[in-house]
Amino acid sequence: MVDPIKVYPAKPSKVYFYGTCLVDMFYPDAGMAGIQLLEREGIEVIYPEDQTCCGQPAYTSGYHDEARAVAKAQLGLFPEDWPIVVPSGSCGGMMRKHYPALFKDTAEEVKAAEIAGRIWELTDFLLQVCHIKLDDLGEPTTVAMHTSCTARREMGVAEVGPKLLGQLKNVNLVEQERAAECCGFGGTFAVRHPEISGAMVSEKVDTLVNAGAKEFVTTDCGCLMNIDGYAEKNQKPVTGQHILSFLWERTNGDGGKRS
Amino acid sequence: MTETAQQSPHHIDVKEFHPRARAAIHNPQIRQNFRKAMDGLMSKRKSAFEGWDLETLRDLGANIRLRALAHLPDLLEQLEQKLTENGITVHWASDGDEACKIVRDICLARNAKTVIKGKSMVSEEMELNHYLEEQGIEALESDLGEYIVQLAEETPSHIIMPAIHKNTEEISQLLHDKTGTDLSHDVEYLTASARLQLREKFMNADVGVSGVNFAVAETGTLCLVENEGNGRMTTTVPPCHIAVTGIEKVVPKLEDVTALLALLTRSATGQHITTYFNMISGPRKANELDGPEEVHVVLVDNGRSTIYQDDELLDTLRCIRCGACMNHCPVYTRVGGHAYGTTYPGPIGKILMPHMVGLDEGRHLPTASSLCGACGEVCPVKIPIPDLLVRLRQESVDGDKLHPAKVRGHGAKRSNMEAMIWKGWSWMHARPGIYRMGTRLGARFRKLQPGKLGGWTQYRTAPKLAAKTLHERIKERSQ
Repeated sequence: MVDPIKVYPAKPSKVYFYGTCLVDMFYPDAGMAGIQLLEREGIEVIYPEDQTCCGQPAYTSGYHDEARAVAKAQLGLFPEDWPIVVPSGSCGGMMRKHYPALFKDTAEEVKAAEIAGRIWELTDFLLQVCHIKLDDLGEPTTVAMHTSCTARREMGVAEVGPKLLGQLKNVNLVEQERAAECCGFGGTFAVRHPEISGAMVSEKVDTLVNAGAKEFVTTDCGCLMNIDGYAEKNQKPVTGQHILSFLWERTNGDGGKRS
Repeated sequence: MTETAQQSPHHIDVKEFHPRARAAIHNPQIRQNFRKAMDGLMSKRKSAFEGWDLETLRDLGANIRLRALAHLPDLLEQLEQKLTENGITVHWASDGDEACKIVRDICLARNAKTVIKGKSMVSEEMELNHYLEEQGIEALESDLGEYIVQLAEETPSHIIMPAIHKNTEEISQLLHDKTGTDLSHDVEYLTASARLQLREKFMNADVGVSGVNFAVAETGTLCLVENEGNGRMTTTVPPCHIAVTGIEKVVPKLEDVTALLALLTRSATGQHITTYFNMISGPRKANELDGPEEVHVVLVDNGRSTIYQDDELLDTLRCIRCGACMNHCPVYTRVGGHAYGTTYPGPIGKILMPHMVGLDEGRHLPTASSLCGACGEVCPVKIPIPDLLVRLRQESVDGDKLHPAKVRGHGAKRSNMEAMIWKGWSWMHARPGIYRMGTRLGARFRKLQPGKLGGWTQYRTAPKLAAKTLHERIKERSQ
């Protein structure tokens, strides 16, 4: 599904930051954390103000004209040839993998393909392009990683999260059973098929708890909302965070609110 | 035999997916049976491919199937010619009913009263058993799983393991009730008793009906993959053998079979090779001691040539029916095969069945997926199943009546209300100023956010809007 070989760029002086709508509205801390991690690596972060949403919700629901109108409004945001980093495998996958198909045979075809080639999932970018070295300042904790299905299968970053967490000396990384299985989010799927989605997320939370994780971190806000929301409603002893928030809080030196 | 007549899928309303899925989810036995079986199958597949360059092999498999499909009309002509040269009679059926009639006519011409069947999903598509019963011809399944499903008057819940929804106890009880075997948890005993009953049927059957895994055009060979030996018995013991197959099963050359077979058995059951691999190339010859006097092939279209006309949907026809997509599907694992109400369940069913039952009847099939991509990741011939699901979703809600696409029931799921919501959503998100104002207002009035959000909050707390959007945080920071 994903390009068999990824050619990472050399570390640039500037990047575009595409925050995504879920981060914008629900998890701005994760967005700020991503920006601060990049800046600490010496990269200037450009946040195009006119960004809204990648168009994925309409696209996966089958409303392709509506998705294209929204996606088209994003295409003009990245005039320079800097990499575009996205704190989400899902939105990253939409822009990298699906934009070329969405704009096929339209006036924007070439532009969409060019932009698609510059899209990077942010943790992948930190590890493979910035070669980030993390110095853990947090308290000891036990954590499980949930890599989203799109991060895993569309962006090919399944190894990245565990490698980053592995750099944190006070973090005991545990792996939940069936780690690669979907948490049941799937966008409108969770609303159209609530029982199936509910069954999936309940098992996901059980495996996290059974693995002994006190917290879980994830690449995507959809999964976070789903898994954390289930754990909260059902009072399960595990809480979640976006991996970027977690990495920033443990390494930024001001103690972090959760460490 | 009327008590073992198979329930006709005609009685199943495909649209009623939700109640069936709900019932399965709340049935701990079903949940446990599927979870356990799928976990086992996933782990077997994984170990079977250890030491293989799986991606290269999948590329090879995909290319073989793509090449075969690219030349499908020519290959079918070649296949017909070679099969005929080999003494096999070729029949063409445009749909399931026509295919059933062909089988019936062959049976009538031989005055056949009993049919023994090897496993065939195309015969399930045709609802052949049901049809033959109505014609006064007994049709008995000889694959153990199919036999169990037939005794239980059910339909297969998995394309490779039809009775996977039942555990040993349930099967023991069923065999006891229907055939009088002793109750036992000893799988070998149960298998042996079923075998004993079937053996007699093989000897007396007038006709054997089987499926086909690969039909080789250059040699006119029908390949049949199986584990129980019932396929070999079905195709060699009765005096007449009828193979039924979809028109997409043809491959150009014998050498194409090797890669596909290596992929099929490992993907399906995690086996390096099956116990039996049959290559059927004609009826018994004058100097041979066994084999059928007559061999027929029924090439069934049943919607396939319509799928074939669309460059994207065409990929659906690559399928070699291994079942790996369902084994790895988190939705299938939760709801089981019967919830779908279709001949083919799981991911492949979701992209294939809408062409057979239409997007009206099959309206819930393309949406019953989180698009997690596990199916596409394991598919041995790299069918982009998630992309095809999105395409079918688009077909279901598309309002373009002037240029209706090729899928039956195009636009059947479109609701004006939903279309309006997406139009509004699109309008707002294509206008950055409006979007920023809207999200800022949302953040400001977040306390007014509803605590209940339909199906979402049935299982989870509502997502919480942040006090300030990322847009605002960044703006403040730069000031």
